[in-house]
Amino acid sequence: MPPRSKAKQDASQSAGEDDVVMHEPDISHELDIDETDAAVTGADAPMAEADGEEGFDENAEDESEEEESQRVKLLPGSTPTAASFEFLNEGHTLGNALRYVIMKNPDVEFCAYAIPHPSEPKMNVRIQIWPGAPTTAIEALEKGLRDLQDLCDVVTEKFIEARNDFKEQMS
Amino acid sequence: MSRVQPSIEELERRKVVGINEWTVTDVTSTDFPGHYPGEDHAWDIEKIRDALHIEFHQNDPLLASFSLIGTDASIANAFRRIMIADIPTLAVETVFINNNTSVIQDEVLSHRLGLIPFKGGREGLDKFLKWWKKPEDDEDPSYFDYNTVKLSLNVECTHNEDAAPGETDPTKLYHHAHVYARDIVYEPIGRQSQYFSGENAIAPTNPDILIAKLRPGQVIDLTMHMHKGVGSDHAKFSPVATASYRLMPTINVLHPILGADAEKFAKCFPQGVIGLEKVTKKEAAQKGSGYEGHEGELKAVVKDPMRDTVSRECLRHEEFKGKVKLGRERDHFIYQIESTGQWDSDAIFLESVAHLKEKARRLEQQVVNMVR
Repeated sequence: MPPRSKAKQDASQSAGEDDVVMHEPDISHELDIDETDAAVTGADAPMAEADGEEGFDENAEDESEEEESQRVKLLPGSTPTAASFEFLNEGHTLGNALRYVIMKNPDVEFCAYAIPHPSEPKMNVRIQIWPGAPTTAIEALEKGLRDLQDLCDVVTEKFIEARNDFKEQMS
Repeated sequence: MSRVQPSIEELERRKVVGINEWTVTDVTSTDFPGHYPGEDHAWDIEKIRDALHIEFHQNDPLLASFSLIGTDASIANAFRRIMIADIPTLAVETVFINNNTSVIQDEVLSHRLGLIPFKGGREGLDKFLKWWKKPEDDEDPSYFDYNTVKLSLNVECTHNEDAAPGETDPTKLYHHAHVYARDIVYEPIGRQSQYFSGENAIAPTNPDILIAKLRPGQVIDLTMHMHKGVGSDHAKFSPVATASYRLMPTINVLHPILGADAEKFAKCFPQGVIGLEKVTKKEAAQKGSGYEGHEGELKAVVKDPMRDTVSRECLRHEEFKGKVKLGRERDHFIYQIESTGQWDSDAIFLESVAHLKEKARRLEQQVVNMVR
């Protein structure tokens, strides 16, 4: 199950708990099972199973998807062909990978990312499009994120293939 | 679209990072559109699929090693960073100490307990257990079977009446002189028993971790709450002991290294990297090969560059100057993933790929929302 950012966690947590009766202050710090909680979440169980990879039950997932706060912002001064984006709660992990994928786009003249200050959870991406190219900076960003997903699919596919080959070889 | 197709030699040359006596050269990748005039380096998933290659070297539950070939460092590094910091595991987060009369202080003991890696049924860990949110000051804590795992540790050291007279070994002289991770008891709550029973029970991955030492009369009595967390919050939540990659070393012998020099050359590298072979008649007969008149002598050949540590020792010796070129392949990442036991090591990598994809998918949605 993929972990979520802080903001995301909060959102999903509160979404999940709308269904359950809140506990009395737990002085004995013992774990007790609230009957109401068990019943409500129990009813969701078949949905959670159908949900595949996702750990949250489907209700909570849907709600949190909508409730997730806006983490990408277009910075002031941006034009359609040259734009800066601010990502909240992202870092070098996504920044550098995204930069590489966007730079592979032939319509992109310039792409770079920066973390302006290490104690602020912000990551900025700058994209400039070649003059006359039939796209916009926002489209280039979207394409970059899509291409990254395609790449992940290819890596997964090749990894499983290689692992199976290795297993056969060993046996 | 591609007007110029570089030769294979040129492509090989481009992907080598030069390793010289004092410097490292050609570090950055250049496979971008517009870098080489007339060449096509545009994103093409089919090209990437053809170029990408994964080869396993080892695949054990606690240690996986494989080569990821044909991608960029930014991608390889994203996977590595996600494995270390973003993949969730279960670890002790809160310790409620009822009694601790051992010499190890409460806070130190709690820290030690936090660092013990645990294992449990995969389905329960992945699907049943959810995030636990630390309560704000004015909030009531929410401890449920789906976000909290309860453990207890209750040991008292006593004299062993059956110990031989004159015995000096504390472990024989007393009961529970040493407190180990295996003394921790898991207490299933609610629906947890469906997911974590029998083989799937939550238990320390390594039962022999020493937690504390006791003497008769000393007691440790505590309960613990485990929650899911990620390595970026605290290293105890990291699913890996180490997750790293290195670039594939290359060794190019430009001019023959023969005889005693060859033996010395082999000693400049870890064992198995350089082999010694006899110069054949055919090679000796070849004009300009550098082998003329050396038939039967030993020559240095590169056997297994992957085992090289790239110590650059061979560059320090005068006799090898100009005869050897060291480098690393920029797109060949040799991963080494050591799991702490909660995940299988190969599953950690797969999870990191899935995680990156999910990150990108969510942000794509965010960008769409931003425009709306």
